[in-house]
Amino acid sequence: MSELNREDITEEVAEELKAHATGLKDALDQGNISDAMQRIAELGEVRDRSLYREVGRLTRSLHEALRNFEIKAENREQQEELSKMADASDRLDYVVQLTSRSANRTMDLVEDTMPVASNLREEANAIREDWGRLRRREMKPSEFRELYRRIDAFLDRIVSDSDRLHGNLSEILLAQDFQDLTGQVIQRVTSLVKEVEDHLVKLMVMASDVDRITGVVHEQEEGRQEDGVSSRGEGPQIDDSQQDVVSGQDEVDDLLSSLGF
Amino acid sequence: MKILVVDDFSTMRRIVRNLLRDLGFNNIEEADDGNTALPMLRNGKFDFLVTDWNMPGMSGMELLQAVRADENLKHLPILMVTAEAKRDQIVAAAQAGVNGYVVKPFTAAVLKDKIEKIFERVE
Repeated sequence: MSELNREDITEEVAEELKAHATGLKDALDQGNISDAMQRIAELGEVRDRSLYREVGRLTRSLHEALRNFEIKAENREQQEELSKMADASDRLDYVVQLTSRSANRTMDLVEDTMPVASNLREEANAIREDWGRLRRREMKPSEFRELYRRIDAFLDRIVSDSDRLHGNLSEILLAQDFQDLTGQVIQRVTSLVKEVEDHLVKLMVMASDVDRITGVVHEQEEGRQEDGVSSRGEGPQIDDSQQDVVSGQDEVDDLLSSLGF
Repeated sequence: MKILVVDDFSTMRRIVRNLLRDLGFNNIEEADDGNTALPMLRNGKFDFLVTDWNMPGMSGMELLQAVRADENLKHLPILMVTAEAKRDQIVAAAQAGVNGYVVKPFTAAVLKDKIEKIFERVE
């Protein structure tokens, strides 16, 4: 729609400019200076008017673009969830929160599980040793009674500890449910970014039209030189097929050893 | 063996701490960026530094440079554990005097290997 408008406006402006230019030429040919001045003023007016119109259109499109930033929720539940986090950065914060909560929950459970597993291993090793002595008939009856009691207790413990291990593992499994939620949020933010980009490109095109109509010429900015390695860091590299990015620890090791490490 | 683990994400600090504990290191302290880490290093008699690169405040690279420029700390072994994976960056870290470089995501075996190598060389 805006494409059509723009062409209409440009055509209209061109017609007006042409009419005034012809008028100006005629006035000058006839030596009518005051008429020529009037024509020049009118030419300026056409230019200004078309500029205002372009700026107006630009502003409307900007508003439209900004309004479109709000992503529509598909159901009441999502609406509530999204209205709580009105903008994209809040939504990404939500992703950080969810992933961090889940990572911590998982690590809590792992830290709870590891000692259970290593205690079982230690006790099993100790009993196996004694069991060996029993089989080699190196055990006194009193020691045997003690072993008998320990094996009994150990079997009980295996039952309760393996219940605990199983429970913890199930909870670790459940703690991964963030992926579904964060995936949805990230997909929304991604499509929002794409939308914003589309709108920005349109704005750029409009702005360049304004430049064209008003005859504004911008000085070309020099492209910024990349100056070596930033001490700030650049974050994770998503595409490790690039020449200047290592694809894993092996390549890091190769690189470092080529430097004499 | 007293170790300082520097990373802006508490989950990553926790993972590294757990892996270090599995390797038998129990005296571990944590900092969330270079600005917090540097005074700890200056006052704390640490034997080993594990640091991320990309952090708000003072980055791991700046911390590495600050440690190497400090008369009392310049021999401290430093392992960088980071998602920064550009060749130029790894070369820059090596030139700045890092003792080992592990790219995330990493495995327990890689961390163990690099730490052992660092101490072999130091000893």
